[in-house]
Amino acid sequence: MGESVLFEFLHREMVTRVQSQAGDTEHGKCVSTLEGMGFRAGQGLIERFTKEAPAFKDELDVMKFICKEFWTNLFRKQIDNLRTNHQGTYVLQDHRFRLLTPVSNGKQYLEEAPKFLAFTCGLVRGALSNLGIDSTVTAEVSVMPACKFHIVMQKP
Amino acid sequence: MSRQSRRRSEKQQIDWHLPSTSSTGSAYHMGTELFILTYGTLVAQLCEDCEKDEDINKVLDKMGHNIGTRLVEDFLARSNIAQCRNSYETAEVIAKVAFKMYLGVTPRVTFWNQAGDDCSLFLEKNPLRGYVEIPEKHSNLLYSNMICGILRGALKMVRLQVDIQLLHDSVNDDKVTEIRMKLMRRHKAVRTVEKEQKHPVGT
Repeated sequence: MGESVLFEFLHREMVTRVQSQAGDTEHGKCVSTLEGMGFRAGQGLIERFTKEAPAFKDELDVMKFICKEFWTNLFRKQIDNLRTNHQGTYVLQDHRFRLLTPVSNGKQYLEEAPKFLAFTCGLVRGALSNLGIDSTVTAEVSVMPACKFHIVMQKP
Repeated sequence: MSRQSRRRSEKQQIDWHLPSTSSTGSAYHMGTELFILTYGTLVAQLCEDCEKDEDINKVLDKMGHNIGTRLVEDFLARSNIAQCRNSYETAEVIAKVAFKMYLGVTPRVTFWNQAGDDCSLFLEKNPLRGYVEIPEKHSNLLYSNMICGILRGALKMVRLQVDIQLLHDSVNDDKVTEIRMKLMRRHKAVRTVEKEQKHPVGT
């Protein structure tokens, strides 16, 4: 229990730090730096999680794992809704994303939201990457703390 | 809820029980893994941002300080620890309750000085260190320095000024991580509810 809180505090502090380094105008740089950090962490994490687990059957199996076990281990809850077009695009909905709850409860500070989602996008992309899946992961927010993660599998 | 046995004599034997809300076994590892790996990426990023190891150490300490000032509220809410009466109790709480709760390890508290306000926390197996290799050019890096910042910030919030230093970090050849902690003067503050003071701290 305690450790997840520690991560949440660290994440918040990291966002502040990266933002101050990137400067006011460099919104994109801040987001991409955090995303890159998340990517590395995600690669490492998925190795630990899947050490003893059997291989995944298919892409959908992987996504279900991300939504359930992976998300639960990181954010103490599952993804609330998973949608797909069965052609490599997945939308993961979290009605109460833990890293957004301290930011706001509504539309206030909406422009700050991307910074708080970047690391997690990287986490997912890194995890998928080490499972052999190339993807792009973006996030969308309209009313905090709910958000959606868009995952598009890249064709080799 | 945590309990503490009454101290009868000079013997500092206090049983600290973990609060019932703490997690166990595998759930621990997962939560810690995320923190450990994230911390690793942070340090890697700082190595890119900063030229000198000393600067990295300072940033880690500052970030830790900011985290600590907020973490202490979380800690007090979860642990329900009563006010510590002296440095020994403070160190014990830090080692046996706080470290255990957030990092899953319990450092050894030892090497007390004569005055009883200076001690070392020894971590035989530093969890932050898992799977980390520091290249030669960062020999002055205090990898776990954020822990010191967190402790400093947290203790500041309970009006304890400390001088904390990471002496050895097991990233180098040393096997253990040693944090030297000197509890300095307690800030005088008017409290509405005071526990019985056995002896003043840091005079």
